[in-house]
Amino acid sequence: MKEFLEDLKNGIDRKEGAFTPIHLEPEEPKLNRGEILRYAGFPAAVLRAKGKGKEDESFMEIPSDEELSKKLEDVIVLTKGQLTFRISYVCAKIDRDADGYPVLPFEQHSSDLKRNLENCKGVIIFAATIGAGIDRLIRRYERTSPATGILLQGIGAERVESMVDAFNELVKEEAKKAGLKAHPRYSPGYGDLPITVQPQLLKLVDAERRLGITLNASLMMSPSKSVTAIIGIE
Amino acid sequence: MKILDYMRDNFIFLDGGMGTLLQEAGLKPGELPERWNVTRPEEIIRIQKSYFDAGTNVLLANTFGANCLKFDDEELERLINAAFDNARKAKEESIGSQEKFIALDIGPLGRLLKPYGDFEFEDAVEAYAKTVKLGVKAGADLVFIETMNDSYDTKAALLAVKENCDLPVFVSNAYGSDGKLMTGANPASMVAMLEGMHADAIGANCSLGPEQLIGVMEEYLEYASVPVLIKPNAGLPRDEGGKTVYDVYPPEFSECLKNLLEKGVRIVGGCCGTTPEYIKAVVEKAKAVKPVPVTEKNRSLVSSYTHAVEFGKSPILIGERINPTGKKRFQQALRENDIDYILNEGLKQADAGVQVLDVNVGLPEIDEPKMLETVSKELQAVTDLPLQLDTSDPVAMERGLRCYNGKAMVNSVNGKDEVMEAVFPLVAKYGGFVVCLTLDEGGIPESAAERVKIAEKIIKKAAGYGIAKKDLIFDPLAMTISADTTAALSTIQAVHDIRFGLGVNTSLGVSNVSFGLPSRNIITSTFFALCLEQGLSAGIMNPYATEMMNVYYAFRALHNLDANCTDYITYAQSLPVLAPAGASAGQAQVPKTEGGADKGSSALNVSPLQNAIIRGLKEQAGNITKELLKDTKPLDIVQQEVIPALDIVGKNFEEKKVYLPQLLMAAEASKEAFEEIKKEMAKSADGAGPKRCSFVIATVHGDIHDIGKNIVKLILENYGFDVHDLGKDVPEQVIVDEVVRIHAPIVGLSALMTTTVPAMEETIRLLREQAPWAKVTVGGAVMTQEYSDRIGADKYCRDAMETVRYAEEVEKSLGK
Repeated sequence: MKEFLEDLKNGIDRKEGAFTPIHLEPEEPKLNRGEILRYAGFPAAVLRAKGKGKEDESFMEIPSDEELSKKLEDVIVLTKGQLTFRISYVCAKIDRDADGYPVLPFEQHSSDLKRNLENCKGVIIFAATIGAGIDRLIRRYERTSPATGILLQGIGAERVESMVDAFNELVKEEAKKAGLKAHPRYSPGYGDLPITVQPQLLKLVDAERRLGITLNASLMMSPSKSVTAIIGIE
Repeated sequence: MKILDYMRDNFIFLDGGMGTLLQEAGLKPGELPERWNVTRPEEIIRIQKSYFDAGTNVLLANTFGANCLKFDDEELERLINAAFDNARKAKEESIGSQEKFIALDIGPLGRLLKPYGDFEFEDAVEAYAKTVKLGVKAGADLVFIETMNDSYDTKAALLAVKENCDLPVFVSNAYGSDGKLMTGANPASMVAMLEGMHADAIGANCSLGPEQLIGVMEEYLEYASVPVLIKPNAGLPRDEGGKTVYDVYPPEFSECLKNLLEKGVRIVGGCCGTTPEYIKAVVEKAKAVKPVPVTEKNRSLVSSYTHAVEFGKSPILIGERINPTGKKRFQQALRENDIDYILNEGLKQADAGVQVLDVNVGLPEIDEPKMLETVSKELQAVTDLPLQLDTSDPVAMERGLRCYNGKAMVNSVNGKDEVMEAVFPLVAKYGGFVVCLTLDEGGIPESAAERVKIAEKIIKKAAGYGIAKKDLIFDPLAMTISADTTAALSTIQAVHDIRFGLGVNTSLGVSNVSFGLPSRNIITSTFFALCLEQGLSAGIMNPYATEMMNVYYAFRALHNLDANCTDYITYAQSLPVLAPAGASAGQAQVPKTEGGADKGSSALNVSPLQNAIIRGLKEQAGNITKELLKDTKPLDIVQQEVIPALDIVGKNFEEKKVYLPQLLMAAEASKEAFEEIKKEMAKSADGAGPKRCSFVIATVHGDIHDIGKNIVKLILENYGFDVHDLGKDVPEQVIVDEVVRIHAPIVGLSALMTTTVPAMEETIRLLREQAPWAKVTVGGAVMTQEYSDRIGADKYCRDAMETVRYAEEVEKSLGK
């Protein structure tokens, strides 16, 4: 990534190996229990109100419910050793077409993405997943214990989001070092960027081989706790 | 020379990477490499010739992604034919003098199979079959299935090969750095399944470098009785100046593979990042190594989609509780298609410590083949224990074995020719570990010697089908001592003689021995101990019987099968401390009644059961209900305890005092109470008692996520509705048929994705045509009032409680 950012900064055009995906196995990010509960159906406002004044875990705190807290801890234990944190990404320079739309290594014509990538010279395109283990757990519990199932859903969503947040931060830092600025990530399904770009995007980062991500007929990813996104570099 | 003959005494050298070389030659990202067979044949021939020149024996034709999901039939045939033309040309032009073979290369379809994905197992078999047939026609010498990261997908591909040709087949899986396939299988489980289905060589390729795959290879070599192969990457890829490079070069690569050849690996090559140079180095290094003979390892394995269970070392517990015989509640569940009840029975036994689950769903009035397939599929989605398919119907057995993800136990055959001739061909095809009962046309012999004779006959007959002794386990049959007090002695003798005389595994359905006697567990568990001492390998038993578990853990500790007595100590600590005399279980566990304050229950003076439900305490809710049932009518408990508690929770949810996880915890606790109540009612003649109106619920076609639907179902059941759950991804007509069949007044449809809303609309259209009386409510992540109106639903329900209220409304309008 460093070389790419420096080349981007210095306006060096890279052709060779421009689209070869890079594999990353980041460390497990810190757990945010408030976020888990938000994904499991608690409104953010309630969590914020209860955790007011607390600085840790993004000032969200779980409500004072002994049984729920115990249940959540039990379910967190279930996921131990079942998650694998993996990312695959490619770096690419952006060209613009006649109307100013970014030309990316996958076909799209999204004006919302155009806005997100305003002033950007390059992008980092990535897919990330916490693996199939969480889906196995969800299958195991969703029918026989929906309460466990929904907490597992929450944990899975929180884990993968925390991982890509951390990755986005990393890109930001590296960009800053190179004297550039990284944008917040943008995913298919946001605005007018359709999820029909998923097959191209996943192929680009060799997601099936490297991360085990496949798409079903409705273009949903398996493992379900996976994310694809684009980070613009200004 | 045929490849199987050649490989008996020689190493086989495979080829190396293709993708990287094609990219260097100009293949663009996203371009399908198989198209180059036709558009750029000279490049393919050049690369493949260089592999033959380097010493490759088995070259993979450029057909890795050649399947009918990526190409239409006509192009597929053209590409596969061209791939073989190119490979043959490379073979002719090569200067290498070694034996050369060309393999049909089969990679994954790229679609994840159910239950994790949305692709049907049988559709995958059919897709692979197309490629296999074309490859055979194009002149393949063998088939090479590779880079498979899912055991079920691997089975589909291998089954397609076995059903469509007689060519040798090698199978190679892609392991992650955790030593498992992406969907969880470890090497031993793959060995069990693939050997059972008669793959000719098995092993690993891709994803890791040779160094990281040593552990995986050692496990293969330990268990496999067929040649083992490896085709690793050139180490791990990394970014160097914007170019992906691999960190292992030919000298280290070939050194590592040489070490593996010395350990017993017989077939080697390279995957991503490797080039002819790597293969040349490997061929050179291998000259100094003599092939290690492939030997029969005699390991008796069954497997699930994650792990294998071995028989013949430590005794194995097989849970017997999934069986309707003599169990009214279980029979009711089967009749009502209540799969969740059956799944729970499996999960409870898994928690109790069994290693294999027996699955018997035979009941005269149900479609057993269909039920066995459904239950074994559903069980495999929730538990990773291997299953023992228990049926006397060969049609049901085949359905179960075919869809099984792994190598199953087969229960059972006996000495009757007719039975063996029906079951052994299935085992030969799908693999299996077969329970053999020592009885025949003449019944069960009294003496041990006669039972041994039947066992010998079965071993001989099995061998004729290519089924080895290691894949048979003998049940010399436990008979009750209340009828004949010498019965146990004969059985114990037979266990000993079969185990040590014939050298095969043994199992017993142990509980028969005490039939007709009081306090049966005392006799059964002692008999179990005596049999274990005489070499019993497995017991089909009730894991809820503490006496049986005591024997099992003590036996393992006493026989040096439990290092540091760790398992025994853990078990002993889990045993409940005996309650002091006079305190009943219910009283002992009645919780403190404060603490529910934030859930809005403190103001109301609630009973212990209500408190347990409101606070979501499952176990307590069950225990208190059990106590109450001793002197309270089941329906009174429902009316006076459970429903009022649910109303409190439901109201709190509607008023946003509690949220979804808490609502669900309460619902699960009340379900636990209902389960006790149902058990009690199943004992009486009137069966399940009155139910509220029926409610058909399903996630629509194309949608594979159903947690929302399960939540609604659970809450509806709590309120007493007769819920018919059709599952997820349910075809439109299936939903309509069920509504018509039971004349359901109300249907709930769930959709999570916008892409599946049209399926919902179509379902509603068909319902209006064929079941105009039915009210339709819709819900799910993408549903809105607007969507609901547009597709013509009667009601949009935001959540489970709203659905309950609507169902009550509909019921009222029916005047029920």
